[in-house]
Amino acid sequence: MRGFDPRNYTGFLTVTLVCLFILYAPLIVVAVYSFNDSVSITRFTGVSLRWYADVFTGLEAAKFRAAAANSFSIAIMAAMAATAIATAAAVGMVRGGNFRGKPASFALISMPIMVPEIVTAVATLIFFSTIGFALGYLSILVAHIVFCIPFAYLPIAARLQGIEASFEEAAQDLYANRWRAFRYVLAPIMAPGIFSGFLLAFIISLDDFIITNFVKGAGVETLPTAIFGAVKQGIKPNIMALSTLLLLFSILIVTLSYLIGRSGNEKYQN
Amino acid sequence: MAAGIGGRTVSSAFAPIRLWLLLPSWVVIGFFLLIPVLLILVYSFLTKEFRGGVIWDFTLAAYDQFLFDRGLFGDDPPTIQWTYITIFVRSILQAAVATVLCLLIGFPTAWYIATRAARMRSIWLFLVTVPYWVNLLIRTVSMKFLIRENGPLNEFLLALGIIDSPLEIINTDIAVQLGLFYSYLPFMVLPIYAAVERYNFALSEAGADLYAGRWTIMREIVLPVVKPGIIAGCILVFVPSLGAFLAPDLLGGAKNFMIGSLIEEQFKGQAGNWPFGAASSMILLSMVLVVLFFYARGQAREQV
Amino acid sequence: MKHLKLGAAAIALMAMAGAASAEKLSVYHWFEYIPQELLDKFTAETGIEVVMDTYDSNETLLANLKAGKLGSYDVAVPGDYMVSIMKNEGMLDTIAEGELKNKGNIEDQWLNVAFDDGRMHSIPYQWGSTSFMVNRDVYGGDIRTTDIIFNPPEELKGKINVLDTAGETLVFASIHMGIPQCSTDRDQLKALDELVQGAKADWASFNSDGAKDVLVSGDAAAGMIWNGFGQKARLEGANVEYSYPKQGYIVWMDNVVLLKDAPNRDAAIKFMDFLLEPENAAAVTNFARYTAGVKGVGALLDEELQTSPEQNPPADAPAGTFVEVCDEATQKVYDQIWTRLKQ
Repeated sequence: MRGFDPRNYTGFLTVTLVCLFILYAPLIVVAVYSFNDSVSITRFTGVSLRWYADVFTGLEAAKFRAAAANSFSIAIMAAMAATAIATAAAVGMVRGGNFRGKPASFALISMPIMVPEIVTAVATLIFFSTIGFALGYLSILVAHIVFCIPFAYLPIAARLQGIEASFEEAAQDLYANRWRAFRYVLAPIMAPGIFSGFLLAFIISLDDFIITNFVKGAGVETLPTAIFGAVKQGIKPNIMALSTLLLLFSILIVTLSYLIGRSGNEKYQN
Repeated sequence: MAAGIGGRTVSSAFAPIRLWLLLPSWVVIGFFLLIPVLLILVYSFLTKEFRGGVIWDFTLAAYDQFLFDRGLFGDDPPTIQWTYITIFVRSILQAAVATVLCLLIGFPTAWYIATRAARMRSIWLFLVTVPYWVNLLIRTVSMKFLIRENGPLNEFLLALGIIDSPLEIINTDIAVQLGLFYSYLPFMVLPIYAAVERYNFALSEAGADLYAGRWTIMREIVLPVVKPGIIAGCILVFVPSLGAFLAPDLLGGAKNFMIGSLIEEQFKGQAGNWPFGAASSMILLSMVLVVLFFYARGQAREQV
Repeated sequence: MKHLKLGAAAIALMAMAGAASAEKLSVYHWFEYIPQELLDKFTAETGIEVVMDTYDSNETLLANLKAGKLGSYDVAVPGDYMVSIMKNEGMLDTIAEGELKNKGNIEDQWLNVAFDDGRMHSIPYQWGSTSFMVNRDVYGGDIRTTDIIFNPPEELKGKINVLDTAGETLVFASIHMGIPQCSTDRDQLKALDELVQGAKADWASFNSDGAKDVLVSGDAAAGMIWNGFGQKARLEGANVEYSYPKQGYIVWMDNVVLLKDAPNRDAAIKFMDFLLEPENAAAVTNFARYTAGVKGVGALLDEELQTSPEQNPPADAPAGTFVEVCDEATQKVYDQIWTRLKQ
């Protein structure tokens, strides 16, 4: 081998560290400045929690609370609905045998990822206004369910593809009931995939700005649209505090999904 | 996007009820996305009312506005309208630069992570994916805060004496590229990582046995094998960058209009020109479909 | 799966029902133009819950209402010329004589106005001027000229923010050139187009809602701004000075209008009466730093407002100009100039 290691290339570690630095620097800077005592955001004068207090008790607190309630309730419902639809679709696609419309079906299910978000936003707005569907909470929820479906579908289908078909075929021989085969054999093995799908859909819904901005109605805001509206007038310290809270929430969710995904894999492999 | 159509095991345990399993997704996406997208096409041929709103009279005015310049007063002989073409070309260039930046940083990163021991690998991967889970708006705002003229980056560099006067990054093309790069970097790393992880390093060793240098091995042996991962990464970065709204809007200022902002302005801003916004959306969608079509054809060819 | 979906629908319906139970008022307002405390006070007095969306230009207000939002808001706050346009478009509801208890509080000079004679559809909100501010740390020279924006000195080039609104920005350019508004003279219009196209090279951004922040943060060294918003920039610590240019400047009055098909018309009338109370009008003025059009606010105002350089033009300043409404053919040319400029 003459000491040749095909895995190591000089400089790649440096680039990786640069990559991580670029990814984290802005987030860390904002997190640090969210503890700034000063009203002016450019000068750091001392450490304080006043902007966190402001998020919960300040003048805009009611607005943020309403936006957060909308964001989380929409994300939970949209992710639930999308996960249910996507689980059924994944079983149909992966365990439904070969059929003629399969590529078209796959294209339709992944359409919300293929179409640029701004086009989806325009399409949904035009559609709702043409059929006279009033813009408001419900219009946001419907739009979110639609674009969450493929994000829930991908991890679920990937998980299902990794499961030997013999499992539920054997089960079906025993129980002779498709629903029980799914409920008691397939679903438990698929669970980590379904859970990842749900979490991904949940985060994607929580994250969405463009589509929500187009289909929201009078007086209904989600956290991203509320933050965007505030940021247009300048980046205020309370927005940095709110952002940092959301940042922590995201990290919590991703850590959770990482741990659950890992334990799920280990269980299945053992 | 990578989850294939067939799967490793073709099982048909649920074939008899397949239709009922697939129907909810077809109905929901078909009714609330496929039909609406087709409706954009219809709207792009409607007439804009003077003060905003649409009239159901069919016309080519929106496409005419996109392509031809008839002067300030609308009665000059038509010449090619460069403004919108420029916006589209600029968007393509910005998205391309962002893609190249992502590739230059993303490939070595993906490579480095994929070649670590299993336990370290998942930790590195975790570190790279965390920012993706953070709200895109918050990430973009954070970037805006960091690079603004009197922002922390400039203060830091000034304090260190690296620069004498603040770098003017905000409201430039560079700011937009930086924002796009920052938004979509994980999309580049993940597919390349997956490809490198599957790469058989015995191939590189065989190359070394033939006295090839390590960069020659990279170019001649590794790259052709991991190419699908690179292409997938490029598409995952390029396509959303093309229609991006937040980065150009928050980081770009006045002179860096991109397609996303152009369309948004027609619906949410003062322009109030839905037919023109619809036409611009159709043109953007066509461009994306062309990219995806060539990608799918390339994939199909490789599998043959 | 069915259970999940039913559950989701049930939660959604409950959320809707919860929101619909209390009496509501839906306001479409300029950003940062009314203090939250005042809205809370209105809710406390009347039990009416206020939801508010914001816009950043008269044109955005019009475009969004035309695009199907009419019928979801009760009141909006357009500027003078936009009141005319909305009235002509049939977007305003008529306030019957005697419906507004506090109509007598409107200052006489703002009662019979050209854009709404006898105040049939609107009440005054605030009035002020549109011009620009310059950061005195960056530029020390003469700023009482519109050249600052359209033909800027070296120090300010590339550091100028312009309001993202066709109405005011193009009229301001017309004032700079000394040409009439709604000109139909082709040479003048071409010259206007060339002027703004040329000046754009020196502009950093088009930003209305960020007009104050760019001055405070230093992202811009000069910027078009409304006088009250500009005063807030100064009070937030920026070394900026408001200019009343020799060539002229824009004056405007914003008005609360009753929108057609308002879902909560009664609440809207109550809100208008509420805003005509001197105490409440003064609260808006103290917050937004413009000037109210309501009698009896004088004693309730911050003392500083009486002497502020933003509200008190120098003696030699010319009178301000209102934005005019052009006919359709002419307006289309201005729209074209704006579209070309923005892209």
